[in-house]
This record gives sequence, structure tokens and C-alpha cells, in this order.
Amino acid sequence: MTGNLYRILKYAAVVLWSVFVVTPFLWALTTSFKTINGVTGGATYIPWLQYKPSLDGWHNLFGGSSGIDIVHPYINSIIVTASASLISIVLGTLAAYGLSRFDYRVGIVKNGDLVFFFISQRIMPPVVLAIPFFLMLQWLHLLDTRLGLVLVYIVLLLPIAVWIMVDFFNNIPRQINEMAMLDGCTPLGAFVRVILPNSLPGIIVAGMFCLVFGWNDFFFAFTLTFTNVQLLPTAIVSLNSSVTPWWSLSAAALISVAPLVLVAFLVERFLSRGTLAGAIR
Amino acid sequence: MSLETIDLTLMCEAVPHLQDINAVFERGRLTAVIGRTLAGKTTLLRSIAGLQERIEGRLELDGRNFSALPPWKRDVAMVYQQFINYPHLNVYENIAFPLRRKHQADDVIRRKVEQILTMVGLSGFETRKPSELSGGQQQRVALARALCREADILLLDEPLVNLDYKLREQLREEFRDLLVARTDAIVIYTTTEPAEAMLLGDRVVVMHEGRILQAGSPAEVFDRPVSEVVAGIVNDPPMSLFPGALDGRGIALEGGISIEAAPHMAGLPPGRYRFGIRAGELRMDGNTLRGRVVFTEVSGSETSLYLETPCGALAVQREGVHVYPHGALVHVGLPAHRVFVFDSGTGALVAAPLAGAN
Repeated sequence: MTGNLYRILKYAAVVLWSVFVVTPFLWALTTSFKTINGVTGGATYIPWLQYKPSLDGWHNLFGGSSGIDIVHPYINSIIVTASASLISIVLGTLAAYGLSRFDYRVGIVKNGDLVFFFISQRIMPPVVLAIPFFLMLQWLHLLDTRLGLVLVYIVLLLPIAVWIMVDFFNNIPRQINEMAMLDGCTPLGAFVRVILPNSLPGIIVAGMFCLVFGWNDFFFAFTLTFTNVQLLPTAIVSLNSSVTPWWSLSAAALISVAPLVLVAFLVERFLSRGTLAGAIR
Repeated sequence: MSLETIDLTLMCEAVPHLQDINAVFERGRLTAVIGRTLAGKTTLLRSIAGLQERIEGRLELDGRNFSALPPWKRDVAMVYQQFINYPHLNVYENIAFPLRRKHQADDVIRRKVEQILTMVGLSGFETRKPSELSGGQQQRVALARALCREADILLLDEPLVNLDYKLREQLREEFRDLLVARTDAIVIYTTTEPAEAMLLGDRVVVMHEGRILQAGSPAEVFDRPVSEVVAGIVNDPPMSLFPGALDGRGIALEGGISIEAAPHMAGLPPGRYRFGIRAGELRMDGNTLRGRVVFTEVSGSETSLYLETPCGALAVQREGVHVYPHGALVHVGLPAHRVFVFDSGTGALVAAPLAGAN
């Protein structure tokens, strides 16, 4: 009896949370098919029955009557986020491996301090970095360029990658490295053949974090670009004019989360295949 | 044809982990290194494998110095105390891993791996991941990988210590058969258990606090331990030691207990000594000593009793499972001809029971 009650409560909690999470998306979905009359005429949810659906919101995004262009910011966002994440993961994995397996000592600074240094980059509020970044990019003539944004995002994403990967590598016994070396691998060979395959789950998790943080950044995309290179978050906000086009905003919001949802699905499929489950005792 | 360690020393912040290790490990023989935890056994193996940094001294294989070679250029295979396998590879690939690094042909690898899997009793487990195996099976995979390479030097670092008692006894037998088959290799096996060292070792090396205290055949080490410390390491339950005096009439132990002297003590000058007796050699039918049971331990088919007697703590081992309540009074016989005599100052052996005198 108590078991049943527990199950009911458990599923009730799951349902409640799902409603909480999914409702905004459903709301955005219906809104994206409304016109100005549909939005201002009170709360309506069911197309055809309560309001007449229209594709205006979606048309606008792709250079419709309002001439707003979402395609270029979209491509920019993908390029900038993907390259910054990729570089951060590669550098972060290598840095984390060094920090996990070798002992460094510069004066009083040791491995733990270096790891903390990386994490500390995420402790201070990003606003603090805005002006230094602006001046540095200006000096490098990289303001309003994709390369400039990639560099800035690497600074933001690298600590995440290092932090996750150090923890992951520390959980792989050092004896595995030693055994690989006794079995004929050089230290680099041991890393590539044994440690990397075993750290795939960690790399994927770190990659997900990088993609999410990079993709969602508005602040630096806003402060370090003007007209040439617009990223998706700034482009969406700039849709807002004297009249807030809720229908276009909703459509933009939906397509902006699409890539992350896709990645999440792929990773989930990959993880549930059991290729990674139980890789490390 | 042998592996020789010359003045091998490792100091860590002035604490010696290894001190002047001079030993010869011969090809085709299994050397058991016995010592308590932290005796330096693992450090010695790691030094031979090339995994230990800041080692002083030299290692010579068949007269050739190989101290400077990195681990991947030494032909050394190792089985760890923890069951270390490659988590991402299945059993077959785990065992094939070192062979693939040597670029052996696929059909050669297949033949060798299948053969070794049959030997360790894991045929049919080829596609399992290590995490899907029991502890004993994982350790068999690790051993199979080490054996399959046919390395010059095979190191086993307390490979059975993390297994349960029953499995340990079974694998001990299996390991002996598997290791004996490797007649051309230098095999070094470390353990804390006397029974394991005596069963497996063609030769036994006793280590304590980073030093080698004694090396020889199992019989030599067991029958003539050079000191109290060695006697303590190679006996489980430990040898009981009593201070006492020896004179013309016999041995006077503390608590007013006296026993007659045995022939092997004949040449000793009278004076104070420490007398040692193995737990298995005390007789339960005698009446030399009376003691109260402090603690009983049953392991397998043997019972170990720890007694508090007038002349000190005493460990007694009996065949079979016996139950003694705490505080029970027990009479034991102390056969003088099985008593070891140690110098009361240095702990060095001065007289050992004559071999075969029972």
C-alpha cells in the first residue's frame, strides 16, 4: 500500500515537473502561429478553434515582410559556438590530463592551485571581463568578428572543460596508465589508446556543457559585436521594436533551442546504448 | 641468466623505502617476496618495471644494465593487487592488447589468446567487458594478459589479496600451475601470506622495512629464520616468543615455568634468551603451560587460539574447528625440541630445532 502511494507520488512529481518544463514551449509554439490579433485578444491556446493560425511569425524570421534576417545570426552562432567548444574540449582535455597525471610546481603553485585558477575564471561575474575583452579585441582589430568571439568564448568555456575532465581523469586509476606502458605504449600512446577511449563519457558531458554555455551567451555577443557579426541571442532580442512581435520571438526561440535538443537526443541515444555505461568500475 | 638488483635504494624525504637491495632472481624460477604491508615489496616490483622514479642503484638482466630503459622498452609484465584491466576493451582485446602493440599477426594473436583463455578457464568470455566479470575472473584476465605476452620478467604484486578466502585458495593452486609452465621467465610474486610464499616459491625473499632480511629456499627460511623478525613474517599465526634464561638444568621462563633443554641448545652458553615456538607445534595434550583464551579464530579447517599465559601471549593452532569460550582454561605442552632460541638483544637466531626432529 505504501509502495503504491510512493509510486503515485513519484509519478505525480514527474508529471508536475514535466508540465512545468514543457508548458513554456507549448505556449511559444502556439504563439508562433498567431498574428497580432491572436496575441492581443486574450489568452488562447488551441489553433483553428480559438484563433486562426498564420505563418507570418515564421515568414518574418526568414526575410519576410519585416526584412528581419535570422539565417545569418544562426549560422554565426553555430560556427562560433561549435569552434569555441571544439577548441575548448581539445585544449581542456589535454590540460586536464596533464593536471591529473603529472605534478607541476612553480614556486608555491601546484596542480591544485592551477585547477582552482581555471575554476576561478568562472567565479567572477562576466561583466567584469566585458571592458578588458572589448579593449583587447579592439587592439587586435577583432571586434565584431567571429574569430574575436571564438577567442572570448574559449576563455569562458575552457575552465568548464578543464574542471570536468580533471575530475574524470582523477577517477581513472593511474595503474591503467602504468599497465599500458608496460604493455608497450609510450606515455602518449597510453593516453590515446587507453585513457581517451575511457574518458569518452566525460568528454561528451564537457562538450554538452560547452555547447550550452556558448550557445546561450547573450552578454558577450551583445557587447563585442555591432553589425557585421550578429549571434542568435542578440538577433532575437533585436527583433523587439516599438511593437513586440511575440509571434516572431516565439518562432525564433523555438528554432534557437532546436540544435541543443538535437544534440541532447543524440547523446541520450549514445549513452543509453550502453557503450559507455559501466565503462569505469 | 638472471635478473640482478644492485644496491637498489629509494629514499623518500629521508625515509628509506628500499635500502641496498641486492638480490638475484633466476630465470625459470618463481621467487616469492614475502613481507608485511609497507615492507617495500611493491616498490621493488615497480622499480624493476621502471615505474618508480628517483631510484638509485642498478638493474641488470643477463648482465646487461637496463636501469635507464623506460617501462615500454622493458619486457616486463605485471599483475596488480587491484584488478586492473582496460575497462573499454572486452576480455579478448584486453589480452590481445600487448600483442597488438608488438604488431603480431591477427591469426597468431587469435591462437595465443584462445589458448591462454582455455588455460585460465575463461573460454566463452571473450566478448565480456571486465566490469561484467567477478573479481576472480577479472584477476584471471589480468594474469592471462601478463602470461600471453611471454615477457622476460613477470611480476605479480599480491594478486590474490583482494579475493575472498575460498577463491584465494583455488586461484593459488591455479596460479602455481600456470606460472610453473613459464619455465624460461623470471617470475617474482609478492605476498604477505607465508602459506602462499611456501607453496609458490622456488625461492623465498623476506623483506622488512625496505631491506632484504633473508633469502633462500622455502625450507631454509621456514626452518632457520635468521631473526625474530623473519620468524614473525614467515609464520602465521605468528611465532610466540618468551623471554627466559637457559642454564645447565633447563629453560626457566617467566611465571616460574621451567622446561628441560633440548639437544639443539647444547652448545649455548648459559644466559638470557628469547624462546620461540610455532603455533602449530604446541600440543594440546601436554601440561607445561596453562592459559586463558583471549581470542579464537577459525580459518578454513584450522582453529587459532590466542592465550594469555603466565609467561606471555601464546598463539596455538589446531587442526579442525574447535569452539572455546572466552576465558576458558587451556593446557598446552611446549615441546622443547621444537623451540627456537633467539639472542635477547639483537633478536638473531642462535639455535634452531633440528630438521626432522619431531
